[in-house]
Amino acid sequence: MTGLARTGRKSGITMPIYNRTVAAITLRAALGRKRALLFAVPPLILVGVSALLRLSHPADPAWPARILGDFGFSVVLPLTALIIGTSVLGAEIEDGTIVHLLATPVPRRTIILTKFVIATVATMVFAAVPELVAGLIATGGTTRLAVGLFVGALFGAVIYNALFVCLSVATTRALALGLFYVLLWEGVLANFVAGARILSVGHYALALASAVVRDPALKPGVNLATAVVMGAIVTVLALAVAVRKLASFSLRGDAA
Amino acid sequence: MTSVELDSVSHWYGNVVAVNDITMTIGPGVTGLLGPNGAGKSTLLHMIGGFLEPSRGRLTVGGSPSWRNPDLYRQIGIITERESAYGFLTGAEFVQATARLQGCPDPAAAARRAIGLVDMVGPMNRRISTYSKGMRQRIRVAAALVHDPEILLLDEPFNGMDPRQRLHMMDLLGRLGEQGRTIVFSSHILEEVEQLSGTIQVMVAGRLAASGDFRAIRRLMTSRPHVFVVRSGDDRRLGAALIGRPAVNGVELTPKGLQVRASDYGAFSADIARLARDEGIRLRELLPADESLESVFAYLVTS
Repeated sequence: MTGLARTGRKSGITMPIYNRTVAAITLRAALGRKRALLFAVPPLILVGVSALLRLSHPADPAWPARILGDFGFSVVLPLTALIIGTSVLGAEIEDGTIVHLLATPVPRRTIILTKFVIATVATMVFAAVPELVAGLIATGGTTRLAVGLFVGALFGAVIYNALFVCLSVATTRALALGLFYVLLWEGVLANFVAGARILSVGHYALALASAVVRDPALKPGVNLATAVVMGAIVTVLALAVAVRKLASFSLRGDAA
Repeated sequence: MTSVELDSVSHWYGNVVAVNDITMTIGPGVTGLLGPNGAGKSTLLHMIGGFLEPSRGRLTVGGSPSWRNPDLYRQIGIITERESAYGFLTGAEFVQATARLQGCPDPAAAARRAIGLVDMVGPMNRRISTYSKGMRQRIRVAAALVHDPEILLLDEPFNGMDPRQRLHMMDLLGRLGEQGRTIVFSSHILEEVEQLSGTIQVMVAGRLAASGDFRAIRRLMTSRPHVFVVRSGDDRRLGAALIGRPAVNGVELTPKGLQVRASDYGAFSADIARLARDEGIRLRELLPADESLESVFAYLVTS
């Protein structure tokens, strides 16, 4: 078994949490396809719009927080995470190639964590880094806003991907359910119902960004402590469910 | 020596019973799971391979349950019926990746050996997406064999293979069986199973319909009652002559010809030509009326 390993203190049993072969296959499957070009579209729009606004409204202080906070955190970050998070494992489940991976002794937790790490890093590259670049362009330098949004997006990438990896192994309609969550729950419900924000990953990310930026225009729906605690709970819970579901992965037979 | 033990194993999907109370022991050598489509062969193989939980009963491989037991894959190689492989990898990359996932000490050497076994050295550096169906099947077999498993499970392994590839695969599985490995494969084609396996397990409608040596099963299949449709120069006279024969149970005169129920396939086949010649009746057509595999299997269930 290759990759990083963590050793259990009591038993001395090696519990690998990351497998390089699983990672390599996942990377080639997710990023080697033309679909990967899709990942680049939302961040390009974000950076492009920021550059255009910077040119047209260089002196207006209000728009960077609104564009990068609203468009960046409600559209670019969740949709990028949704596409990547549901495909790192979901695509293999859909086309049946997951059986090759599962017919090996690699612990199911290692498979889930490796896929999660790949999806999170890819989301950071395609959503958090563009958020930083757009922030730098919008504010004209390494400002508190640019850094804060970047940190918030990194945090959001982690939680969103745990959630979407979990969805992809728990249901065959991960993309539809993910879209429902992002567009209806976070996009509509969380805007009108304060209680819905406690279960909004976008608001957790905004809360963290806001703690760094201290800009009232970001308007997070939860405070920092709630965001961190809830973010941790959602991430751990989603990954635990994903491991459990993958361990019980079943193939349907002929008489179904 | 690793054996597969099933004790009253059943599996159902909702209200549909796919595998119904099967008890068997599969030991070293080649075992063929024979049955029509939908008989429950895949369900059974998936349960043995740890990809489906038995709804009832106990299933162990080498003494351990296979469900939720990934460590068992060190001893098992499995090839599912659904033809899927990472198309973006080359054959060699695919097998080598599997060797690494299996924890082989020298993945490159293990991959070379397995690829050699399935005769895929030539195209191994091409992407799997460019392979024919038979080649994809063989590279999957190489991946399943890369860690030298004690047990190999194959669901319809000959699907999509041309006759040469089929013979090669049969030869390979035969050799693996002779080495003392437990090879279990499913097929709905009697001839495939007959050529390859010493032991046959016949499944029909989720049940184990017959079990044992292929010769006994073949005899059971050919000595069952058969229905033939015969057209001749004089159906009435031929019918009268046929009913006097011990191999014939009944004769019916129909507009399409004579419908003959024979009690013994072999005896009737040998008899009819001689009888027609002796009676001076010209035989125009002799058609088995119920030769579908389903009817053969249905007979086995009721016998």
